[in-house]
Amino acid sequence: MLLIRCPYCEEERPELEFRNAGEAHIARSPNIAGESDDDFEKFFFIRSNPKGIIYERWRHMHGCARFFNAVRDTVSDRFLMTYKAGEPKPAKLPGAAK
Amino acid sequence: MKKYSVFAIAREAMRGHKGWEEQWSSPEPKKEYDVVIVGAGGHGLATAYYLATVHGITNVAVLEKGWLGGGNTGRNTTIIRSNYLYDESAGIYDHALKLWDGLSQELNYNVMYSPRGVMMLAHNIHDIQVLKRHVHANRLNGIDNEWLTPEQAKEFCPPLNISRDARYPVMGAALQRRGGTARHDAVAWGYARGASARGVHIIQNCEVTGVKRAPNGAVTGVETTRGFIGARKVGVVAAGHSSVIMNMAGVRMPLESYPLQALVSEPVKPVVPCVVMSNTVHAYISQSDKGELVIGAGTDQYVSYSQTGGLHILQHTLDAICEMFPIFTRMKMLRSWGGIVDVTPDRSPILAKTPVPGLYVNCGWGTGGFKATPGSGHVFAHTIARDDPHPINAPFIIERFRTGRLIDEAAAAAVAH
Repeated sequence: MLLIRCPYCEEERPELEFRNAGEAHIARSPNIAGESDDDFEKFFFIRSNPKGIIYERWRHMHGCARFFNAVRDTVSDRFLMTYKAGEPKPAKLPGAAK
Repeated sequence: MKKYSVFAIAREAMRGHKGWEEQWSSPEPKKEYDVVIVGAGGHGLATAYYLATVHGITNVAVLEKGWLGGGNTGRNTTIIRSNYLYDESAGIYDHALKLWDGLSQELNYNVMYSPRGVMMLAHNIHDIQVLKRHVHANRLNGIDNEWLTPEQAKEFCPPLNISRDARYPVMGAALQRRGGTARHDAVAWGYARGASARGVHIIQNCEVTGVKRAPNGAVTGVETTRGFIGARKVGVVAAGHSSVIMNMAGVRMPLESYPLQALVSEPVKPVVPCVVMSNTVHAYISQSDKGELVIGAGTDQYVSYSQTGGLHILQHTLDAICEMFPIFTRMKMLRSWGGIVDVTPDRSPILAKTPVPGLYVNCGWGTGGFKATPGSGHVFAHTIARDDPHPINAPFIIERFRTGRLIDEAAAAAVAH
């Protein structure tokens, strides 16, 4: 089981308290009805599914119930960092040399 | 290829089993092939086999980064069934089921296909409605599926607990009698032997690291850990790593890869005569010919390539097994493992041409690809050989995620996702 640090509660909690909410930093168009089929497919269905560093959303379901983002290595499942929702994609990762 | 037969066994018994030949050869890779298949699991090897036998294309290489059949082919719970809801799914899975029947004879290799019946349990009124809908839809598609009362379910599978006092009592079941199990490794080995005998090169420990394309966009071959291998056509059948390979060709896929776990118990005498599945309590179980209970769990909730998975997922599944079969509460589990499954948004596979000329993909089988192995290889070989899909796999195109013509088995697949 993963141990995940909630950036709002500021502590590591077991994975059972959390729900994964998919890839992060995929912005929904403000004019979703005006999206072309191509763009809607990219937004709705296409995922990067990386073997390596992934930026993903989690929700602290059975805690503060808030969404936040995490950076994780999908090969080792090790979390590099977590950060609050709305914060930009971190430019530098701690200990990123894999 | 020497034919396996009772006489071969008798002959070898007389001379200390010294005359068995290798089941497939391990040649050095050539500089170029007509077709390169990426991934030597069941689906990839079946594709190569049908390219050779049905379409006469034998200048084929199957590249495997690890060992043959060591990915999801060797990690699944070997369940075979075709009781899917939608016409498209029924078409492809029943095509496979028809090929399972007689596969051992065709390959001259015992794949131990055992149509012992797949029984899906209903625990509430919604399960009853959904499963009965499946029964009717399947029968309209010519697929056998029948409704059982709890007593009939108990008669078919005696260790099942149908007590009214259970937390989730059994209220009925849908039974597909033609469903069952097969020996997963033998499927890969049998196809490998058949393909190799017809001139297909099976190259293990050869990881694809890049896909080369000509200025006009068409594929020209693959970069591998054993050097460049040219190819006029490339078929990607890489399961959990399909999106990684497709990214090398510049194609982003509607796929996410998750760990899926399974486990087996200590071997015991025959006790579970069929396959039992339950969506609601989230477990499925069968018994291998060795006597181990083979138990499948659900996927983890996050994208991962770690081939492990959380222990709590297994505990959740074992809770369900003990609920359905209280006699197993003291069984010891021997091993557990994980495989990486590639899941599409509509839980149906992609078997299709791609936007890149000469590049074909067979992926997205998610949590249930083993059952489709012969059918998948058969229609994918057709797609590669003719550069045009077989009618059976024509709906399973990548473009359906743009057009919206999904095959949405997510809620309908009658399997725990």
